[in-house]
Amino acid sequence: MPRRATEDSLATRLIVSIASIGFIVLFLLMPLITVFSQALAQGFDAALTALEEPDAWYAIKLTLFTAAIAVPLNAVFGIAASWAIAKFDFWGKGFLVTLIDLPFSVSPVISGLVYVLIFGMAGWFGPWLRDHDIKIIFALPGIVLATMFVTFPFVARELIPLMEDQGREEEEAAVSLGASGFSTFWRVTLPNIKWGLLYGVLLCNARAMGEFGAVSVVSGHIRGQTDTMPLQVEVLYNDYQFVGAFAVASVLALLALVTLTLKSFLEWRYADEIAATHRH
Amino acid sequence: MTAAAFPPRMPFVTARWRKSSALPGFNLTLGFTLFYLSAVILIPLAALAIKPWSLGAGGVWNVITQPRVVHALELSFGGSAIGAAINIVFGLAVAWTLVRYDFPGKRLIDAFVDLPFALPTAVAGIALSTLYAPNGWLGAPLAALGIKAAYAPLGVIIALTFIGLPFVVRTLQPVLTDLGREAEEASATLGATRLQTFRRVVLPALLPALMTGGTLAFARAVGEYGSVIFIAGNLPMKSEIAPLLIVIKLEEFDYAGAAAIGLTMLVASFFILLVLNLIQRVLLARR
Repeated sequence: MPRRATEDSLATRLIVSIASIGFIVLFLLMPLITVFSQALAQGFDAALTALEEPDAWYAIKLTLFTAAIAVPLNAVFGIAASWAIAKFDFWGKGFLVTLIDLPFSVSPVISGLVYVLIFGMAGWFGPWLRDHDIKIIFALPGIVLATMFVTFPFVARELIPLMEDQGREEEEAAVSLGASGFSTFWRVTLPNIKWGLLYGVLLCNARAMGEFGAVSVVSGHIRGQTDTMPLQVEVLYNDYQFVGAFAVASVLALLALVTLTLKSFLEWRYADEIAATHRH
Repeated sequence: MTAAAFPPRMPFVTARWRKSSALPGFNLTLGFTLFYLSAVILIPLAALAIKPWSLGAGGVWNVITQPRVVHALELSFGGSAIGAAINIVFGLAVAWTLVRYDFPGKRLIDAFVDLPFALPTAVAGIALSTLYAPNGWLGAPLAALGIKAAYAPLGVIIALTFIGLPFVVRTLQPVLTDLGREAEEASATLGATRLQTFRRVVLPALLPALMTGGTLAFARAVGEYGSVIFIAGNLPMKSEIAPLLIVIKLEEFDYAGAAAIGLTMLVASFFILLVLNLIQRVLLARR
C-alpha cells in the first residue's frame, strides 16, 4: 500500500523519533535513574538507614506539616476565587485572573525574599517582631508563607476555566428552588468540580512538598528545626553524604512519580470533568 | 399562599460595577479572594517594589551595574534564551512524535514529559550535577571530548533546558492534534514535497504555539534556582546566576541590594514577555 501524502517518510520518522526519544532519555530518564542508583549505591539498607536519621525524619514531618497547612488554604482560596470569577460578571475580572497567576512568573527566590523584606531582622516589622518574641523568618511561619506563595495559583487556575465551562444554570435552578447558598455549593457545584479540584490539589501538593528556592531563603537552614526535605537534600549533598542526600531525594522522586501517575489517570478517566486544557 | 411569594425574593446588593445575578455568595467569595490575594501576594510584592529605593535611585543603579551582578543577569537571561531555543527544536520533535506516530509505550512517555513539573528542583539539581560531573555517566565522555559541562556555564544551560522541557511540548500537542491534515493533503496534491509542505504549511501554523511554549519555558528558566545551583559551581563572573546573587545579598543582610536585583529581574522579564507577546500578536494578525 502506498504511503499517504501526509505521512512522513521512513527516514523522517526515524530521525524525528530518535531525536525526541533521545532528548527525553538524556534530560528526563537519566537524571531520574541517577537519583535511585545513587541512593542504592551502597545497598538498600544503607539508604534506609540514612532515612531513619532523626534529622531526615524531622525533615519529612516538617514537609508534611507545611503542605498540610498551605495546600488546604490554597484550595479554599481556589474555590472562593473561582466561585466569584466564574459565577458572576464584574469589572476588572480579567485583571484579577492575571494577578492570581502572578506567582508563576516570579522566581522562587523572590517569593521567599518578599517575606524576608517584611518580616526579616532588617525588614519592615523585624524590630517589632523581635521585641514581641515572634519568629516568622527562620521559623515555621516563614516556611509556610513562602510555600503558600509559590503554590498560590494551582487550584484556582484549574477551577476557574472548569467552572466557567459549566455555566450557572444548575446553581441558579437550585437557588430558585429555595436551596441556600452553601447547600447549592455542596450539593450542586462540588460534585461537578470534584475531579478538577482533586487535580489542582494534587499539583499544588507536589509543588508544596518539593519547593526549594523560596523555602531556602526563609528557612535559615537550622538542622532539625527548619529543614524541609528538599533543604535536607541540599544539606546532605553539600556535606558529601551522597547516599543520604539521594535517599531523601528518592522519596521526593517517588512522590513525583506517584503524582504523575495519578495526574495521568485523572486526565484519562475524568477527561471531561477536569479543565479543558488537560484533555488529550 | 399567594402567587407573589413565589419565586422567593432574593436579597442581593447590586453595585454598578457588576451585573446582577441570582446566585448568592459574591461578596463573601470575592472579599476572601481579594483579602487572601493581597495578604499573600500583593503586599509582599509591594515590599519588593519599595525596598530598593531606600538606597536612592543612584544606589539602585550602583547595585545593578556591578560587573558581578551584570554577569549573573546576563547568564540567567541568556542561558534561559538558549534553553528555550533548545526546547523549541526538540519540543517540536517530541510533540510531533507523540501526536503523529504510533508506538508502544507512547502513553507512558507522554506522562513522563511532565517530570520537570513534578520533580522537586533540588532533586533535579543534585541528579544533573552527579550526571554531568567530570566522573559522571555523561560528564566523563564529555570531559574526554574536552567539554566541561558541570561547574561551567554549559551546566547552567543544561539545567535551564531541563526545567523548561514540558512547556513547548504541552503547548504544541493540542495545536498539532487540531491541525487538520486537509491543508497538508492539498499542498501534496499541488506537487509540494513533504519538506516544502512542512516549511510552508505546517510550520507557519505551529509558529504561534512554538513561540508561546518557548516564552513560557524562558520565563520559568529565568528565575530558576534549585536545579541550577548544584550543577553551576557558582563561580562569580563565570557560572553564577542572578537568583543566587539575591540569596548571597540576603545572607549579608543587604536587603535593599537583594531587592534591587529581584526587582530588576522582574521588570526585565516583564518587558521581554511584553515584547514577545506583541511579536506573537503581529504573527497572528498576519495570518
